[in-house]
Parts: sequence; C-alpha cells; structure tokens
Amino acid sequence: MARRKFDSKALAKGLFSILVFLVLWEIGSRSKTWITAEAFSGFREALGALGFNKNYLPWVGAIPAPSEVVVAWGKVIVDPGYWQSWWMSGARVGGGFFAAMLVGIPFGLALAVSRTAHGIGFPVFELLRPIPPLAWVPASIIFWPTQELSIAFVTFLGAFYTIVINVVGGARSIDVRYFQAAQSMGSSKADIFRRVILPGTLPSIVVGSAVGMGITWEVVVAAEMISGGGSQSGGTSGGGLGFFIWNSYVGGSYEQIVVGMISIGIAGFISSELLRHFGKYITPWLRLR
Amino acid sequence: MSGQPGKLPGGAPTRGAIRIEDVVKIYDPGGASVMAVDHCNLDIAAGEICMIVGPSGCGKTTLLNAIAGFHEITSGRITLDGEVLCSTERPKSTPGSDRVVVFQNGALFPWKTNLDNVAFGPIMQGKLSKAEAREKALSMMADAGLNGVEHNFPGEVSSGVRRRIEIVRALMNDPKVLLLDEPYRALDSLTKSVMHEALLEIYYKNKVTIFFITHDLEEAIFLGHKVAIMTSRPCKPKKILTVDIPHPRDYGVLTSKRFRELIEETNEAVHEEAVKAFQSGEKEG
Repeated sequence: MARRKFDSKALAKGLFSILVFLVLWEIGSRSKTWITAEAFSGFREALGALGFNKNYLPWVGAIPAPSEVVVAWGKVIVDPGYWQSWWMSGARVGGGFFAAMLVGIPFGLALAVSRTAHGIGFPVFELLRPIPPLAWVPASIIFWPTQELSIAFVTFLGAFYTIVINVVGGARSIDVRYFQAAQSMGSSKADIFRRVILPGTLPSIVVGSAVGMGITWEVVVAAEMISGGGSQSGGTSGGGLGFFIWNSYVGGSYEQIVVGMISIGIAGFISSELLRHFGKYITPWLRLR
Repeated sequence: MSGQPGKLPGGAPTRGAIRIEDVVKIYDPGGASVMAVDHCNLDIAAGEICMIVGPSGCGKTTLLNAIAGFHEITSGRITLDGEVLCSTERPKSTPGSDRVVVFQNGALFPWKTNLDNVAFGPIMQGKLSKAEAREKALSMMADAGLNGVEHNFPGEVSSGVRRRIEIVRALMNDPKVLLLDEPYRALDSLTKSVMHEALLEIYYKNKVTIFFITHDLEEAIFLGHKVAIMTSRPCKPKKILTVDIPHPRDYGVLTSKRFRELIEETNEAVHEEAVKAFQSGEKEG
C-alpha cells in the first residue's frame, strides 16, 4: 500500500511558522516595555486616538508572554491538581463521547434502516437538536443526581447529535447498486445490514465521531466553567481544565489562564489524532486516495 | 449457422434461455404515465450472447432490472429456462444468484478486498465456507489473468481491472445468465478492446448466457451472437440481427468485410433511434 513519505520540508516550514508566531507574541506581549520609547510616541498617540490604552499594544499586550506562560506551566506541572484537571476533563469527555457513540450509532442506523423508527424517532430528534448542549446545563443539574453526571450528560449531547446525523446521512447515501449487487448474490437482509450498511456507513461514523469529539471538548470546558466543575475543595484541584481556566481568571493568575487554554488545545489535538488513527485503521480502503 | 452457440468448443450450453413475452413497463401508472417498455418480445437461447443496443434512456435498463428482480413489470411475462421469473400476476421477480448483474458504474464493494469481493456470492448463498470460497476465488482470478491484485482494494486498481474482477465475481455464483449493463461505458476505447477479448475468453470457458446492454454498435456486433436494436422510448426490438461471424472471435474480426457489412446494415436503424431519442429529449428539456 502506498504511504505518504515523511516530508521533512513541510515539518521545517511548520516549525518555522510556529516559531515566528511565538516570537511575535513575545514581542507584542512585552509591548509595555518598548512602547514607551521615544520612537513610538506617534504610534502611541494614534492608539490613544483610536480609544486604546496607550501603554501597550491592543489585545496582545494585555496577555502574558509565552516565556511567562512557560514559567507558570513549570510551576503548575508539579501540582497534582493540574493533572487531576486533565484527568477529570478527559474522563468527562471520554465518558460522554463513548456514551454518545454507544447510543448514537445504533439509533442512527435504526433511523436510516427502518421507516417506522424514522417516523417515530426523527421528529423528536429534530425538535431537540437545535437546542445547544450548553442550554441543557441547568436542566441537567436538576435532573441528574450528581454534578459529575450532569456535566457528562451535556458532553454526551454535544457528540450525540453530530454522530446520529452523520450515521443517518452516511447510511442513506450508500449507492443502491451495492444493495442490488448483494441481493443478486443471495444476501439476506441481515447480511445486507452487516456487510453493506455497516461498512458503508463506517466512513461517516468516523467523520461524525471526529466532529463530535471536537464539540465535546468545547462543551465540557464551558460546562465546567458554569457549574463550578464539581469541585468541592476549590483551588486549582479537581475541577477539570475548564474550571482550571476559570479559577485562574478569578484568582488573577493570567499566565495560568493561557496554560489552561493551551492544555485544552493539546488535549483536543491528542484525542482527535487518536480518533483519526483509529478511523484510518478501521477504514483501510479509504487510505489509498 | 456458424454464429450459433451450439458450435462453441465444449458442447452446447443447456441452460440460461430467456424468453421475454409482451413485456410492458409503465412508470407511475396512476399519474403522468411514461411507457418505458412497449410489448417487448425477445428470445435468447441458452448460452447466447445477446446484445441490446439503443440510445441512452430508451428503457434497456428497465428490461434488465425486470429480469434481475430489481423492478416490477406492468404486464407480460419473462421466463428463464421455462420458469416464470415475473408476469402480470407476479410483477416482480426475486433477485437470485442465477442472474447476476454487472453494473454500469461497477458495484464492487469498496470496503472489501478484490479477493473477498469475488468470494462474496458463494459465502452468502451458504454454498462454500469462507476458506473454500477464497480458494475458488483465487483460482478463478488467476484464470482470468487477475494475478497480483487479490489483496488490493477495488479503489487501488484501474477501472478496467475492476470491471474484469466484477465479471469474475458474477461468474463465481455459477449463474445461468450474466446481466451486463453498459459495463465498459466509462472505459477508453483501447481498454475497451482489451476488455472485449477478455470477456470473450471468459465466455468461451463458461458459456453462460449473456444479456449485454450497450449503445455501441461495434461492440454489439463484435461480441454478440444476436443484436437487438431497440426503439427509443418506449423500448422494444426494432430489428434483431443474427451475427453470422463465427466464434471464437478475436480483434481481426473488426477489419473483416462481413463485420463492416453488418455495421452498414444496422447503422441506419440505430442512428434513426438516436435522432428520435435526441429530439424527444429536447422536447422534454
């Protein structure tokens, strides 16, 4: 099977682009030290005229520099509370996501295959789907016994709709030729489901899961911020990464906000990469193009 | 006559005779009914290659779908070796492995390797175990010159190879009839010529009845024992030509005098229908 060769040039370009980004961020963030220089007096006047603070660059000047973030990260990294935040968010995302797969895939397949199931299930599904998962936060706190379950439920919703929609769409877009070919070669209905509908829907399941996973991370962070992260003890411990960010904001530790943001970025990246590899593994016929 | 299947090496085929009697197909009989097939009669002998030629959209595929059991007929009767497939009383035949279809755009399952595609039918029918089916598939693919692509996915091989694999997959079911719906439509003419010879080679080994839809007259006369030129919608045979060029044939036939004569004889009938189809298409548009 033809694999793409490892491209060292592309890697070099990618690293260079990240480096440039970090340098610009560092310079911009440290603008309060250099903007007072005589050479920039005209520029400062212009900033003032536009309604910005004259003492640093707008936006980027207000956030901590990468070097400060790295220092803060170095402190946080030895704090078990930080890792517990990773673990809690990860567990919520994982739990909600797998529950969404477990329920969403069979539900989507049923909607796609059975006219009765579609007639009964789809209207309700379409009625609930436009409600954003975050709008469910208060309601789910009321009707789930623990805060943990209510957050997991909201993350579940985030992935569920996307997975179902993709499964239904995928199963329905399978070309009728495949059904006819299977039929004319003597396949039973169960065979057709197992050997045509399931593998034919798999690529859409993979796509739906990847999108769903992204939404799950968005939702979990917001849910943790709103609900206080289920943390009883306060501080940085135990509330998940969303709560970690919120708590850093409340505590005035701006470097830690950025640490939390990047942490979530990394977590999302890792989970979608894992999913992508798994997706490639279960749909080997798509690897060749 | 030398064009008859009885003259083929290995004795006369005894199965796969199709008789189409007075078949009518009207789409949407309740509303604005469109007659796709109009009292169509056609006899195809066991082991015969029957080519159905007609302009695009004339209703050829409707006939094929009726034989395969994908669609209903409105009235008439189609029999296979004397057994009724479908009739006015029972308008839809049951799809079965005695009549396997090779589709216009190909229907190899993209998620199965070529080998597993070929082995699919006998496993489904419970005729062979998975291992036995694979073994048979390997040897049939080797017979058809399809070495080295067994473990690839269909998406990894050329469309010509895919078409050959699909025909082998159909033959794995030991069908009485092979239903081919413009299988080489999307291929370039050079690949097509290779495909034609490969198909004939497979045919000489298996001598299965072939119901082959095409709009390419040269292809039809080169391959067929019989060529049915269909009228444009509604579809029925306008002219049935027996090709008296002896089988086995090879590409030398294309430059022979008799081949050119047959083309000349039929060209006008085909062209007339093409013009009709084109004009009615313009009206509809």
